[in-house]
Amino acid sequence: MRAASRRLASGAASLLTTPLRIDDFVELVAPLRSRRQIWGRVDAVRPETADVATLTIRPGRGWQEHRAGQYVGTAVRVAGVWRHRPFSVSSAPGRADGCFEITVKAAAGGRVSRQLVYGLLPGTLMRLDPPAGDFVLPQDVPDRVLFLTAGSGITPVMSMLRHLASRGAMPDVTFLHLARSRADVIFGRELRRLAGRFPRLRLHERYTRAGCDGPRTGRGQRPTLPELLADCPDWSDRSTWACGPPGLLEEAEKLWRDAGAADRLSVERFSLAGCATGAGSSTGSDAATEGGGTVHFTRTGRRAVTDGATPLLVAGERAGVTMPSGCRMGICRTCVGRLGAGRVRDLRTGAEHGEAGDLVQTCVSVAAGDVDIDL
Amino acid sequence: MPDGHQLTAADLDELARELDQLRAWVVGSLGESDARYIRRVVGAQRLLEVAARATMFVSFLPPAWIAGTLMLATAKILENMELGHNVMHGQWDWMGDPRIHSSTWEWDFASPSAQWRNAHNYRHHTYTNVLGKDRDIGFGILRMTPGQRWHPAYLGQPLYNLVLAVTFEWGVAFFDTEIDRAVSGDKSWREARADVRAMLRKAGRQGLKDYLLFPALAGPAFLPVFLGNLTANLIRNIWAHTVIFCGHFPEGAETFTEEQTADESRGAWYLRQLRGSANIDGSPLLHIMTGNLSHQIEHHLFPDIPSNRYGQIAPQVRALCERFGIPYTSGSLLRQAADHWARSLRLALPGPATASPTAPVEVTGPASSTMAAAVTGVPAQGRVPRPKGATELSRVRAAARRDPQRRRPHAAESRLGLRRRGPAAAAQHEGSRRQAGRGLQSLLWWLAAH
Repeated sequence: MRAASRRLASGAASLLTTPLRIDDFVELVAPLRSRRQIWGRVDAVRPETADVATLTIRPGRGWQEHRAGQYVGTAVRVAGVWRHRPFSVSSAPGRADGCFEITVKAAAGGRVSRQLVYGLLPGTLMRLDPPAGDFVLPQDVPDRVLFLTAGSGITPVMSMLRHLASRGAMPDVTFLHLARSRADVIFGRELRRLAGRFPRLRLHERYTRAGCDGPRTGRGQRPTLPELLADCPDWSDRSTWACGPPGLLEEAEKLWRDAGAADRLSVERFSLAGCATGAGSSTGSDAATEGGGTVHFTRTGRRAVTDGATPLLVAGERAGVTMPSGCRMGICRTCVGRLGAGRVRDLRTGAEHGEAGDLVQTCVSVAAGDVDIDL
Repeated sequence: MPDGHQLTAADLDELARELDQLRAWVVGSLGESDARYIRRVVGAQRLLEVAARATMFVSFLPPAWIAGTLMLATAKILENMELGHNVMHGQWDWMGDPRIHSSTWEWDFASPSAQWRNAHNYRHHTYTNVLGKDRDIGFGILRMTPGQRWHPAYLGQPLYNLVLAVTFEWGVAFFDTEIDRAVSGDKSWREARADVRAMLRKAGRQGLKDYLLFPALAGPAFLPVFLGNLTANLIRNIWAHTVIFCGHFPEGAETFTEEQTADESRGAWYLRQLRGSANIDGSPLLHIMTGNLSHQIEHHLFPDIPSNRYGQIAPQVRALCERFGIPYTSGSLLRQAADHWARSLRLALPGPATASPTAPVEVTGPASSTMAAAVTGVPAQGRVPRPKGATELSRVRAAARRDPQRRRPHAAESRLGLRRRGPAAAAQHEGSRRQAGRGLQSLLWWLAAH
């Protein structure tokens, strides 16, 4: 009843604001109250290590509580441009203040992550997607748990651990964490404190950089997975959550598969599709200089192999995709399509650009490597 | 110094290269300050509109009526010109902000954004001032160039133009439905009916808001609010009409025939934009109130770079024009408007037979970057499969870009002799006859609709 009357009222009000919506005005004064877009306001930025910071974010209307381990899609403005990045939520669900936290590591040369870690002022607004992902703790927490993390891969697992700690009942948890050095362990102090408080939580930190205090690998490089797992002999019997660099996770998946324990392993990859690392490297190296690549028209399911001189529009037409088009010279933007993955090169400037979600002009864009486009 | 009419293919390639470079420089330098600019304009416009509507509630007091009306007119002009027009060009798409994006913006104007984008971004901006192609030439009811064949109906043109100015919002909405193209068979009636229905829905909401709901909300002030909104829309209509006609039809701006633009290179396309557009000189206030269409020349060269940058690159474009001997038409608002009205009065009468402002460019010699598809043989815009040949465009352009010879400064020895075509020939052109025919058909529709 209330919802219906509210709809009626907002419908009537939109007749007054047409062609704009009420939210166009609401967002000017109180963006967190917008019903069209979930906004978040950064309430605090707290350094964790030299290159990692935790952001406390107050989400606005439309936000749903995350489950421990999930990630959230964010968009922040960097140099005037909205940039989309997913981040694991590092705080436990159910905070009294209604906020949540993400923990970000400043990647070398990563404009977005560096802005988030070093350049963000409290009060900054972000756009948020609802929390997502199935790297989560089940409702019935298993009795024996293994957390296996490396570097910033600790963030979703930290949410789980904090969640367990907040319930007051810690199951039998072995936590294996790999970092460059003791000072680089994100949440290091909190981890050690929790390990002191809960005898059933056994924490094993390993460091890859030689000359650091604490236990060493002895070789000044990443210990192998079996070396790591030496601290947890019953690993294959434990419900395991692993998050870290792709190499480590692949190794883990193989090891667990070989041990017949694949169903007890959950992994979370920080997939950076479309980010600074660029398109897939399999076809990358020579395709990047000459351009071209396989274009996948995701809506129609067609594919076309292109060279560095054939615009996406032409490639689509040749592949039998009904492509919208107008001026065919980069003026009218009738031909734009949404980029799903990969990067494109603008024929007019030669500049390579594009992130997942960008609208690109197909008539003046050629594929720079493999490209998915929603047409 | 070369004359604008005697540029060789190599000159045009050089022109294109320099203009492309200028565009790339602007695009490369876009950043937070540009984003802040447009966000501020959006905020200011919405604030102004809210303030105007609020003031109107006490518009039984004459000063409030005047203030409210002027604020509302200003808000509408800002919305249509600096925001709507420019956002829908995709000037701000680079920000990735879904609220300020060409694919989502709906403007405070009777014409639905989607229809206007097609009529404007595609037809007008690709075929600028090409008779028979650019439907903005006289909007189908006016004879704005001697290239359009005279007909006795044009005797009433000063009146039509006045009516168009006053009802501009509705005229454009009607024009963008392209009923004349359905009449001439270039568009299916089903499509036209759908477009008209979409237009009526949009226009209906616009009318409901301004002429019924807000006046009704004001209760006893119904009539003053009604009249205030009417006046604000009227001011906006006349202003938009003035700015738009000043952009292409003062003395000095030229029109072209389809023949002239066949096989046009990118340089020739740029040249046509330069010669078919005219700037308005004035203060920063004038620039923002015209949506920076006072920099019409820069806008036509680069329709999708943010409007706040046009003023910045104008001196460089002007210098480039001087170097290439291309006329750069610019004048005060009063002069440009007077020019346009003089032209509309003069062309209501037959002729002139000889003094055609159409001075065709005849480029001889091989064009290194042929844009074969840009003008000829382009079917109705939309989801239409393209002929194979048209796809050569980008391949050739890409090849041309790799050609080291293009990087060579333009060489005087390659300048070839040029022929000038007689203006009478242009007047006889098939395209212009079709344009005149369409104009009359539209005129009938126009009159029937009012």
